[in-house]
Amino acid sequence: MNAATVFGLLATALVGVGLYGFIVNPQPLRKILAFNVIGSGVFLLFGAIARRGAALGLSGDPVPQALLITGIVVAFSATALAVTVLLRLFDETGSTTLSSGPAPSASDPDPAKARE
Amino acid sequence: MTADAVTTPGGLLLPLAVLVPFLGMIAGLVLGGRNAQRVAMVTIVAGVAIALGIAQSMLQSGDTLVYVLGGFAPPLGIALRADGLSVVMMVAVAVVIAGIGVYARGDFGTPDGVREARAPLMYWLLLLAVWGSLNLVFTSGDLFTLYVALELLTFAGVPLVCLDGKGETLRSALRYLLFALAGSIFYLLGAVLIYGECGTLDVALLAQSAQPGPVTWAAAALMTTGLLAKTALFPLHLWLPPAHAGAPPAASAVLSALVVKGSFFIVVRLWFDAMPALPGFAAAQLLAGLGAAAIIVGNVVALRQERLKLLIAYSTLAQIGYLFMMFPLAFDAGTGAFVRGEVLAGGMLQAISHATAKAAMFLAAGLIYAALGHDRIADLAGAARLVPLSVLAFALGGVALTGAVPSGAYLAKKLLLGAADGSGQWWWALVLQAGGLLTTGYVLLVLAHALRATADAPAPRVRVRRSQEAAALALAACSLLLGFADAVLPGDLVKSPLDPGELATLLVTVVAGAALALALGRRLPDVPAGAALAAIGSPIRRMTVAVGGLFERLDFALRRWHVAGLSLVVLTLLFAAAMSGAR
Repeated sequence: MNAATVFGLLATALVGVGLYGFIVNPQPLRKILAFNVIGSGVFLLFGAIARRGAALGLSGDPVPQALLITGIVVAFSATALAVTVLLRLFDETGSTTLSSGPAPSASDPDPAKARE
Repeated sequence: MTADAVTTPGGLLLPLAVLVPFLGMIAGLVLGGRNAQRVAMVTIVAGVAIALGIAQSMLQSGDTLVYVLGGFAPPLGIALRADGLSVVMMVAVAVVIAGIGVYARGDFGTPDGVREARAPLMYWLLLLAVWGSLNLVFTSGDLFTLYVALELLTFAGVPLVCLDGKGETLRSALRYLLFALAGSIFYLLGAVLIYGECGTLDVALLAQSAQPGPVTWAAAALMTTGLLAKTALFPLHLWLPPAHAGAPPAASAVLSALVVKGSFFIVVRLWFDAMPALPGFAAAQLLAGLGAAAIIVGNVVALRQERLKLLIAYSTLAQIGYLFMMFPLAFDAGTGAFVRGEVLAGGMLQAISHATAKAAMFLAAGLIYAALGHDRIADLAGAARLVPLSVLAFALGGVALTGAVPSGAYLAKKLLLGAADGSGQWWWALVLQAGGLLTTGYVLLVLAHALRATADAPAPRVRVRRSQEAAALALAACSLLLGFADAVLPGDLVKSPLDPGELATLLVTVVAGAALALALGRRLPDVPAGAALAAIGSPIRRMTVAVGGLFERLDFALRRWHVAGLSLVVLTLLFAAAMSGAR
């Protein structure tokens, strides 16, 4: 087992842990953190792929590294935007819950029924 | 190296199409205040001119336009490409943005006596950002640039949802953003896997080098599902109804008509261009199955809505389903690949037709809301007198959605039905027809309420601008007249509206639609005939209402966060299984 494989497996574990947290945690902030954990997993995987693709005496394939930097910037911006919206939501409503509204009511405001 | 790795004549217009809206955005931000709107107007004129210029040079050369950034050819460099698909989408988006821009001058003008108002400034900047991101989506030639474009589109779309800064819309925006982020990370993971397997992300190179195998299947499944989450295809639609219904009308129109088309376009790129031979028949059936479910559930729940804007949002959900019906029909069993042809033309026509019609409907709904002070469907009486042109625009947009002659949706439906017939996939033809009937149902329901007279002549709460009504009407007319695009297609597809066969179809559609509206509508117009019908049909109606309620509860259950998150994972596995099973 070489280094690239170990990192690949670690990346898989990170993606799995992050995905679990993303689906299960009801708190938006935790979801944002979970998104970043998944993101770290993906970036680590990309790094491992770059390492595996090393050629021409380079220690790694440069293309994934360049894309990685861009990906990190995008994930950072996404996190910043999400946290900003979350803070505004808390300021406006005093809560951070994502669930909205009750289930559709069984009682139907239906004139046909009202007439009976 | 592929032959197209050089910049073609007219290729320079491609980076311009992307850069000009973003430059306009930056200029608007720097100049601030009411200058942002002026800059936006100038940019819209320039952007429309660029889109037309691209179409012109494409027609001249008859070939894909290419611009190689910095002269570095793929796979190391990045190429922007515009084929026929990109060009029609760019022109359509330019037209819709121009229409919405004219409308938004009324809603998002900076008030007198104020140097700078937050919502108008943000609106104009974000409108340009959405446009630039969409143009990048349409011209990107590699999967990573597509990822960046997709993210830009989301970042521009999310703040549009919460322009008014109220708690409920902020919540919708956060739901939208978080779920969209899940979608984009799935897409990115898929792209990373593809790079690891094929060593390139360039679409044209992938078409030659992507081989079937566990890694490519997993990657394609991840990317597809991620994109579906961003497109809000059923059952990944938890964010769409509150976000699209809660935003201001001029923003809803952008979100519903344009933003969801961005990720849809990338699915098309992926399945038709990057790896046409990979997904196979079973995955296409799965994709269209989700589309069919979206059509049925979206339309039925739309019929059950009490608010006009929510009705239109659910209608968008259903129309997104239509977009995915083309995939199995474009599958060529002989080669085992997806082929570009009349079916793809039909699908894109559907997308453009929906973009124009839905923009018109949201704008019209905004004007009706402004005039009446509410958008409760049951209390729309008198709207046709107050804002006749807006109601007309809504009606024309609705008629265009139902696929009446000579709308773009009609032509698209003809092409898809023909393909369903030709390939023996009759079940998709059934869904297409049923969707048309349900659409007719809710359009009729709204119009029946809006056309009712009121006892006292109502006074408009605010006087709506003529230019706003004209913008909505023009967009609706665009959608209704798109059927004339058949001039470029072989065969005589559009029949005269007075043809006996067409008239019979129209009659059946209207009667069946009215019956569906009577059976499922939440509040029926209170007319004597309606009361008589209700008396006769009340047992039937109780049953149909129960069915409608069932659909509503299903929709509500699927829109819970953990259910949608689980659907995301399950769908990825299903797509991967369907792709591997095809071998």
